[in-house]
Amino acid sequence: MKELDITELERKFQEKIDNEIRIEPNDWMPDAYRKTLIRQISQHAHSEVVGMLPEGNWITRAPNLRRKAVLLAKVQDEAGHGLYLYSAVETLGADREETIDDLHTGKAKYSSIFNYPTLTWADMGAIGWLVDGAAIMNQVPLCRCSYGPYARAMVRVCKEESFHQRQGFEIMTKLAQGTPEQKAMAQDALNRFWWPALMMFGPNDADSPHTAQSMKWKIKRHTNDELRQQFVDITVPQAEMIGLTVPDPDLKWNAETGHYEFGEINWDEFWQVVSGNGPCNKDRVDARRKAKEDGSWVREAANAYAEKRKARKAS
Amino acid sequence: MDKNLFEYLLRLGDDSLILGHRLSEWCGHGPILEEDIALTNIALDLIGQTNSILEYAGKVEGAGRNADSLAFLRFDKDYKNCLLVEQPNGDFGVTILRQFFFDAYRVPLFTMLQNSSDEQLAAIAEKSLKETRYHLKHSSEWVIRLGDGTDESHARIQSALDDLWRYTDELFFSDETDADLKARNIIPDAAAVKTEWQKTVQAVLTEATLSVPTNNWKFEGGRKGLHSEHLGYILAELQFMQRAYPNMEW
Repeated sequence: MKELDITELERKFQEKIDNEIRIEPNDWMPDAYRKTLIRQISQHAHSEVVGMLPEGNWITRAPNLRRKAVLLAKVQDEAGHGLYLYSAVETLGADREETIDDLHTGKAKYSSIFNYPTLTWADMGAIGWLVDGAAIMNQVPLCRCSYGPYARAMVRVCKEESFHQRQGFEIMTKLAQGTPEQKAMAQDALNRFWWPALMMFGPNDADSPHTAQSMKWKIKRHTNDELRQQFVDITVPQAEMIGLTVPDPDLKWNAETGHYEFGEINWDEFWQVVSGNGPCNKDRVDARRKAKEDGSWVREAANAYAEKRKARKAS
Repeated sequence: MDKNLFEYLLRLGDDSLILGHRLSEWCGHGPILEEDIALTNIALDLIGQTNSILEYAGKVEGAGRNADSLAFLRFDKDYKNCLLVEQPNGDFGVTILRQFFFDAYRVPLFTMLQNSSDEQLAAIAEKSLKETRYHLKHSSEWVIRLGDGTDESHARIQSALDDLWRYTDELFFSDETDADLKARNIIPDAAAVKTEWQKTVQAVLTEATLSVPTNNWKFEGGRKGLHSEHLGYILAELQFMQRAYPNMEW
């Protein structure tokens, strides 16, 4: 294609985006837009699937039948989110299995929050409340993402995430109102998950190289710092309401700005965990790789059987 | 208290509870994402059944116990599930075959229990039957796929069949408890359930090109509270929170 044509196509593409017209799989799009989306959506899919592991860790130990059923349903929802998102990746011409292999070799990332261990039942509350809460902040604007299949997947995902967030907060509330042991368990979970939850929004805007372009393409609608601030403003009063203390000595309300001010995030820890040195990075990726390897004979059998059936029908 | 009905409800409820527990161990580790969802969904159905059945058992007993206290706070000998459901997951073939044997038993059982003279039990059976039919369809299709798939899958599921066959006879265990309930038209005849089970099993195993082992060595004990070594570990996880933090609300 001539350079002039591409410039014209790019101009028309940006014009559609500026006019809030959705980009669909068969529309022309710049390579960089396609690559950005493949990277972002596949990382999102991996996060859903890896995210099943820390919560799956407590299903067999859930304290009663109702909590066990709700947790099973929640983790099952996450697997479902993974499926829609892998399908969205495929609309961009990427191969689902290849993107999964990238996860297993460490080439593709996933949300670093899932590299922290779930040590007590209260962590199921903290994850639902904080992690799903932060995910909602990130994902609600994605319902208006310029890429159609991603935006539509997000509408469904967000509905379920909001149920997840509520069940997490309900677990925390119950614990916070319970015995001293239960309250201590809840506070301990908040202490361990608060900072990693703030890290979920990614680096500060000044250190986020992709933000400007993603905002121009309307893949992203708000910066990392804007979303993080919104999360803090909403979550701190919830913690106060149930009598838990946010583990940040610098946290204070600023009446002038109408926002909470909060302490400095430990970015060394963030980059360490992102680059593979978190407490559970190895366990999480090993578990996913093992699931794929252990399941290879099952997938081969399903394919072989499908082929046999086709041949039998034909003859 | 209707002691025999209580005993029967424990057998029924504990089968769902323990198999639901086993299936939930797969969550996040399935061979493909679609199967992860399917196994988790079946686990969820089984936990739902457990809740209805054990809640009713608690009412029949009339001693103030509910579904949770029965599910989480009994000693090992008081669990009355069959040995099949507590067997370890093994590979996907073992899990699917265990599920198939169980579903092929549960479908005729729930079908017949719909006519129970005990209305509550009949209602539970009617509600559970719908989902159990789906479970049977799912497990049958996989038994056939694996049996008639590759050489490796055939060998694996045949080996699962050889190992699990010895636990199937206990599904039709019948003692004086069953005889009394049968006489009162509360439960069907175990032999009638077995006939239906054999039909399904034979049809599916034939299509899957699998053969039934020739030895007739049978295991039983679960219905009387005598379990395999596996149950203790299941209960250690299942009961952990209730034992470590007694008398708390969650």
